[in-house]
Amino acid sequence: MNKNCIIAGVGGQGILTIAAIIDIAAIKHNLFVKQAEVHGMSQRGGAVESHIRISDSEIFSDLIPSGQADCIIATEPLEALRYVPFLKKNGMIISAQKPFINCDNYPEEEKLFSELKNYSSIIVDAEKLALQNGSIKATNTVILGAAAPFLDIPETLFAEAISHFFAAKGKQIVSMNISAFNDGLAYSKKN
Amino acid sequence: MDKELLLGAEAVGLAAIDAGISGVYAYPGTPSTEITEYIQHSPIAREKNIRSNWTANEKTAYEAALGMSYAGKRALVCMKHVGLNVAADAFMNSAITGCNGGMVILVADDPSMHSSQNEQDTRMYGKFAYLPVLEPSNQQEIYNLVRFGFNMSEQTELPVLVRITTRLSHSRAIVVRNNEKTQNILNPAQKKSDWILLPANARKNYAQLLSKQDILLELSESSSVNSIVDTSGDIGVIACGIAYNYAMEIKQMKSKEFGVLKISQYPLPLKKIKSFIDSYSTILVAEEGYPIYEELLPAYFPGTTFKGRLTGDLPRMGELNPQIIAHALAVDLGEKNTASEIVIPRPPSLCKGCGHRDLFTELNSILKDYTQQHVFSDIGCYTLGALPPFDTISTCVDMGASVTMAKGAADAGLHPAIAVIGDSTFTHSGMTGLLDAVNDKNHITIIISDNSTTAMTGGQDSAGTGKIAEICKGIGVDENHIKTLIPHKKHFEHNCAIIKEEIEYKGVSVIISQRECVQTAVRKKKQQKK
Repeated sequence: MNKNCIIAGVGGQGILTIAAIIDIAAIKHNLFVKQAEVHGMSQRGGAVESHIRISDSEIFSDLIPSGQADCIIATEPLEALRYVPFLKKNGMIISAQKPFINCDNYPEEEKLFSELKNYSSIIVDAEKLALQNGSIKATNTVILGAAAPFLDIPETLFAEAISHFFAAKGKQIVSMNISAFNDGLAYSKKN
Repeated sequence: MDKELLLGAEAVGLAAIDAGISGVYAYPGTPSTEITEYIQHSPIAREKNIRSNWTANEKTAYEAALGMSYAGKRALVCMKHVGLNVAADAFMNSAITGCNGGMVILVADDPSMHSSQNEQDTRMYGKFAYLPVLEPSNQQEIYNLVRFGFNMSEQTELPVLVRITTRLSHSRAIVVRNNEKTQNILNPAQKKSDWILLPANARKNYAQLLSKQDILLELSESSSVNSIVDTSGDIGVIACGIAYNYAMEIKQMKSKEFGVLKISQYPLPLKKIKSFIDSYSTILVAEEGYPIYEELLPAYFPGTTFKGRLTGDLPRMGELNPQIIAHALAVDLGEKNTASEIVIPRPPSLCKGCGHRDLFTELNSILKDYTQQHVFSDIGCYTLGALPPFDTISTCVDMGASVTMAKGAADAGLHPAIAVIGDSTFTHSGMTGLLDAVNDKNHITIIISDNSTTAMTGGQDSAGTGKIAEICKGIGVDENHIKTLIPHKKHFEHNCAIIKEEIEYKGVSVIISQRECVQTAVRKKKQQKK
C-alpha cells in the first residue's frame, strides 16, 4: 500500500494541521510516513504545499514525483488547481469551496470550478460545515474528513489522531473537530 | 528506543542533545532555524542545562561554539548556508586550530533559493577548509551522522561539517533514537600553540591539518554511509546526499536497472568510486547543489564519461527531484496533467497590520518629492517592500548591507541615502557599518524598522530588543537625530515630517520605526489566554 498526497493552500491557512493529523493516523496504522513542508518566506500569504507519502514499505523521496499523487487536498480552489501536474491520471482532488483571494488577478471563480470539474473532484463548503459545528476553526478538519476515504487509513484512526492532536485544547475542541471531520466524511461519501 | 516523527532539522537537535552537547549556538535562518528551536523547547535539554539562546550573528555563534569546544565540552553551531559566509573567518581558522571537545557545524543549504539570495553549496566550504563533510540523505541518517560527527570530531580533533538542504530539513520522517551520552567534563585545551595562530604556529598546524587528510580519506573509504548499493544496468549513478533518495525512488517505482553508489561522507572515497565505476562506461553524478565532484572526477578517472549538471543531463541550477533524475536516466514516468493556464503565482506579502507597510507608505510619499528615489534595504520581512503595491526598496544583498551601501552611495554623492534595516539584522551586522558612517560624518538616514523580533524566520528573540536607541547613541549618533516613530496610519503626517527633516539633516540620523510584529503580538495574546 502506498498513498501520495499533496496538501495545498495559502500561508496561514493551516495546511500543516491537516498534514499533522494524517501523519499521526498513518503512524497509528503502522505505516511509514514522509512529509515535506514549506517554511520561511512563502508562509507570508504565499502559495504553500506539503507532500505526504504513506506506505507499508520504505519511502525514499521526500517529494512526490510529478504525476504520482493519489490526491490533492486543498484549503482553497486555486491552490488545488496549481498542483494538477502532480496528480495521477485517475487521482482525486478534494478542495474547500471558498476562494482565498489575496491577489489582484485571482481567476474568475466560474473558470476555476469548471477546470476543476475536468478531474475527479469533491468540492466541499468546509466553512459552512465547520460553522454548523460551532467554529470556523474546524474548517480544515472538515476538509480532512472529505479526503479521508481516499487515504486508505481506517476512519477510526483519524478520530484517534484528532483527539491526540487537539488534546491540549480540551475535550470540547476535540469533540467539535471529530464532529466536523465526520461531516466532511459524510459529505464526501454522498458525492 | 523511542520513535518520533521529526523534521530533519529537529532530528539534528535531538541528535545533538543525545550526543551530549553542552551548548547550541545559532542565529535564525531558513532552513536551519528549527534545529535550535527544537533544543530550546526540549524538556530534556532544559533538564541538562544545555545553553541555547540565539546569538547576535553566525560569527559570534561560531566562535562561542569553538570556545566551548576549547573548554573540552561538545558544542553544536548551526546556520543557513549564507550564514557560513558571516562565520567564514572563524570557520577557516578553526580548521587550523582544530578542536578539543567535539564540534559539529550544521549548515542548511537552500538549493532553488526558496528563502535565500543564492544557492551556494557548503560542501565547497568543506573542501576549502580541508574539513570532513557529512551529507545525510534522510532524517534517520541525519540523527546518526550528527551523533557520528561528534565522535569523529573528537577522534580527529577537527570540527566536522554536516550539510543538509531545505528539502531534508523541512521534511518529516520517523527517527529512532539511540542511547544518550553524558556531557563532557570541563577539560580545557592545554597546548597553546594549537590555539595561538601566530604564523610560526599556524604553519605547523596547517601542516598537521594536511597530514590528517589521509586519515579523513580512510574514514570515508570505510564509512558505511558511502556504499555501493546496486551494480546492475549499464549506467551508474553517484548519488550524493538527498540525490540518493531520488535515484532509489525511480528504481523502486520503475524497477529500472542502474547502479547506485551512495555518497554521504567526504572527502570523496576514490577507491570505492573506482571499484564502482569500473563496471560502467557512463556515470551520472547527481549532486544536490554545485557540480563540485562532477568537475573533479574526470581528472581522476579519464577513461569514464561523467554526466551531470555540467553536461546538461541535469539542470545547471536548482534542487533535484525524482523527475529530474528519471529524465537523466531516460526513465519515462508516464503522462502527467498539464498545468492549468489560469493558475497565477501567489507570492508572499507583508501581513495585514504590519508596521513595515506603514513605513513603506510613508517613504513612498516622501520620495515622490525627490529626483533620486533609492532605498537601500536588507534581509528580512521588509524585503517584501520590493513587491507591489510598495516597490519601495532598491537593494537587498546581505545582512547589514543596507547601512554600508547607503554609506558608500552617500560617499559617491547620492542624496537621499536611505537605509531600511530590521532590528535583528541591525544587531547582526548593521552596527559596525553605522560606526563607519558616524566616523565619516556621512549624510545618511538609517531607518531601523523595529518589530522587536526576528520575524521572517518565525519570530525568534532579537538581540537588540529595547536597546536599539542606546546602541545607536553608544556608536556615536547625535541623540537629537535618533528619532523613534510609531508606524501607523494615524501618525502618517507626523512621521513623514520627521523622516523628511532627518533626510535633510546633513549628518547621520537614525529613525527607529517601532511597532511590534503582528504575528508575535497574536502569539503572545494566545499564550496569555492559556
